[in-house]
Amino acid sequence: MLAYTLQRLLYVIPVAFGVSVICFMLVHIAPGDPLTAVMPIDATAEQQAAMRAEYGFDKPLPVQFAIWFGNALQGDLGASIATGRSVSSEVSRAVGNTLILAFAASLIGFPLGIFFGFVAGIFKDTLIDRAVTAFAITGVSVPNYWLGIVLVVIFSVTLGWLPSTGAGPGGSTNWAWDFEHLRFIILPAVTLAVVPMGIVTRTVRALVGDILSQDFVGALRAKGLSQVGVLRHVVRNVTPTALSVVGLQLGYLLGGSILIETVFNWPGTGFLLSNAIFQRDLPLLQGTILVLALFFVFANLIVDLLQPLVDPRIKRG
Amino acid sequence: MSTTVDTKVPAVPARPAAEQAPAQSKGYWQGVGARLSRDPVAMVCAGLLTLLLAAVVFAPLLPLADPFTGSMISRLKPIGTEGHILGTDELGRDMLARLIYGGRLTLMLGLLPVIFAFLIGTFLGVLAGYVGGWLNTVIMRTVDVFFAFPSILLAIAISGALGAGIVNSLVSLTIVFIPPITRVAESVTASVRSLEYVDAARISGARALTVVRVHVLGNVMSPIFVYATSLTSVSMILAAGLSFLGLGVKPPQPEWGLMLNTLRTAIYIDPVLAALPGAMIFLTSLCLNLLSDGLRSAMNIKD
Amino acid sequence: MRKGIFNRKTNAVRAVDGVSFTVAKGETLGIVGESGCGKSTTARLLVGLEGIDAGDLIFDGDRLGVDLSLKDLWDGVQMVFQDSYASLNPRLTIEETIAFGPKMRGVAADEARRLAHELLGRVGLAPARFAGRYPHELSGGQRQRVNIARSLAMKPRLIILDEAVSALDKSVEAQVLNLLRELKDEFGLTYVFISHDLNVVRYVSDRIMVMYLGEVVEIGPVAAVWEKRAHPYTAALFAAMPSMDPDNRTEVPPLAGDPPNPIDPPSGCRFHTRCSFAEPVCGKTRPKSVAVDGAADHDAACHMLDPISGHSKSAGGSRLEAAE
Repeated sequence: MLAYTLQRLLYVIPVAFGVSVICFMLVHIAPGDPLTAVMPIDATAEQQAAMRAEYGFDKPLPVQFAIWFGNALQGDLGASIATGRSVSSEVSRAVGNTLILAFAASLIGFPLGIFFGFVAGIFKDTLIDRAVTAFAITGVSVPNYWLGIVLVVIFSVTLGWLPSTGAGPGGSTNWAWDFEHLRFIILPAVTLAVVPMGIVTRTVRALVGDILSQDFVGALRAKGLSQVGVLRHVVRNVTPTALSVVGLQLGYLLGGSILIETVFNWPGTGFLLSNAIFQRDLPLLQGTILVLALFFVFANLIVDLLQPLVDPRIKRG
Repeated sequence: MSTTVDTKVPAVPARPAAEQAPAQSKGYWQGVGARLSRDPVAMVCAGLLTLLLAAVVFAPLLPLADPFTGSMISRLKPIGTEGHILGTDELGRDMLARLIYGGRLTLMLGLLPVIFAFLIGTFLGVLAGYVGGWLNTVIMRTVDVFFAFPSILLAIAISGALGAGIVNSLVSLTIVFIPPITRVAESVTASVRSLEYVDAARISGARALTVVRVHVLGNVMSPIFVYATSLTSVSMILAAGLSFLGLGVKPPQPEWGLMLNTLRTAIYIDPVLAALPGAMIFLTSLCLNLLSDGLRSAMNIKD
Repeated sequence: MRKGIFNRKTNAVRAVDGVSFTVAKGETLGIVGESGCGKSTTARLLVGLEGIDAGDLIFDGDRLGVDLSLKDLWDGVQMVFQDSYASLNPRLTIEETIAFGPKMRGVAADEARRLAHELLGRVGLAPARFAGRYPHELSGGQRQRVNIARSLAMKPRLIILDEAVSALDKSVEAQVLNLLRELKDEFGLTYVFISHDLNVVRYVSDRIMVMYLGEVVEIGPVAAVWEKRAHPYTAALFAAMPSMDPDNRTEVPPLAGDPPNPIDPPSGCRFHTRCSFAEPVCGKTRPKSVAVDGAADHDAACHMLDPISGHSKSAGGSRLEAAE
């Protein structure tokens, strides 16, 4: 298990490095000069060159990467081209709100998905199973940015129960765990939770159904184990795979929130990204993507490090 | 939107046919077709998709209004208006025409990346899986790095860097789907490569390329293809999502995601109308998913 | 699906180690042993499907990699595989499968097809009925006949048969074995016949080679090995054979337990952990291969046969005892 843990920890290094390379390249696959957005149209050749030198774009690519990477390691992701503010501070302000939204969505999506999956798996091929399956495939197929709009139409526009945009009263961007703020997170969190819930439901249902049809379950029943006892065995067999699916879905929550934040004007990284895209602010885009991808890498690391605790087969490897 | 591309590999059993469906020969595909045609849900979905496809392909031949011509006086007409069965959008353009023409772009932007990624990913995966060694290491470790990005994030990152536009959207989505398809292709190829008929072909002295063409490709294409079909719905939702964010198709081109975005302001006036483009994305994606599920179960692939 | 960072981390298994033997033209060499003993790896080494880390493969006097390319080797050596299903491409018809090899060698398509039909007839499958069929439309015995026809199509001189009849019913097995015998005479073939089934090996082989955990423990003419069972493993293996004769009993205890993990084989004599004659020396030094009863063609690797090994039951050991 120690070897596994160590190996998994070391594996993060090349992956995180590769992620940095891809993020670095984002600015350089962009057509034209990354500075065109801010460069005055009538800038002279000298002015352009000076600006390029100021941002370091005049150096060869590997040198640029080394400088950028060295700075990134120290938490310096450069300056936003549009606002001139530090990308790190912009992202760190926004990422908290994204994580809060993702956390709220995972509280809704994962427990419900696991519960529905179990119910459908246990009552496989019954009416309950069909209903759950239909519900799950609907969840998987729905474009969540559209679902968000539909929920706003129903609960904000028509019923007037919940606020339609923002993260707090009066356009507040500072989150607090009180009733006034919670009202704002319900719609975006539910919207974000629907797809992971559908995927988790489908996976758990298939796993439970599979395990219940295996010979050893028949043997357990034959030796007189109660239904609850059998279920304990099922849970232990389902947990490792369910955990890894949940880990993958964390990435969905981080990525999917970009669209949801746009729909609900949620002041997180998605909001930041859509601004960066709109203003062609490539350093901001690059920095935000890097931080989100690294969060996903570490979320997966944590899930993988948890695996041996629930999967006895890994311990020996 | 199922953006987490699951890489569950359609299992190629070590002894393909002994216990599973009788091999993948012509008779096998007839069996799959027969089972699929007995699946009412899959058949309804296939019918709807065919209808949609026919409508968008032959859109110019249909008696539709011009999707680009608007009218300031007939903006946001409700569904059922005389001359505009599905109403008009925020610039007074005919919704039915825009939905059908919009389907052209949405479906193209959704399906083409999967097709390109299927071709490229199969090539890379078969190469990595058959040749093995350092080539496998290089290809598969690169794929691992791409897997570190949630797929929406990767799509937005690349599109954001490249800028809006149809071609850029196609490029970024293709890049998003190459890694998962490569992973599946590699794994299927590695298991087929270990089968003895491949050994038998090798010791006949055939060149590696011939062995791959005759003995490997035919046996790995169908599992990879089935996996690729399961990505079409995600791809379409992502494609429309990019346009929704302003990263895909540019106005005034009709595209479902973009239409959904521009109609957002109308939710207070006519919510049903505003939700129509999204409903189209949803229904199409649902049909694609159900058909793909039907195909998997007709082929006896467990999920 | 976790892998090492830059390589797939697998513990190296030296599947076969220090295996050295010759096959004479026209004979059948049988290789026996429990599953996992390296029989199949030996087979794959012989046809060049696995690379050899150390040592040589010499075919008709030509050394592989020196005077002999893999392509040359495959002109003379072919293989009939164990699993009759995985060994036939499910997407090709029988005829296409058999004709593939000759076509790769430059034989014209018509000619390859004609050859396929001829060989199908020769292995007892009427070409008119079978040529266009797919593997899943055949029985196990029929598939194995196709396998044989495919190897014959390459006009080999040596055929490696890796558990070629093991998956078949007994009655079908007998038919296929007889077919193999006929083909051997007809085409002047040499066989290396690999099986875990001693009865079958005894029936078809001229000589027999016993393997344990990747090493050769005994090799010699069938009759001699059968008679002497010089190595305790050979004796145990033969004793474990079901016998029809109630009087045919043996004092040798049957094999207990599973073979040790080949990733980490026992030191010294690899069999010592399961051998009832094991002594300290067996765990320390690897036994040399020595002639059994001075016969030039019968060798076994056991300390009990080596007079200077120090084993109490060896010739040297008993002399010491006598001296005391």
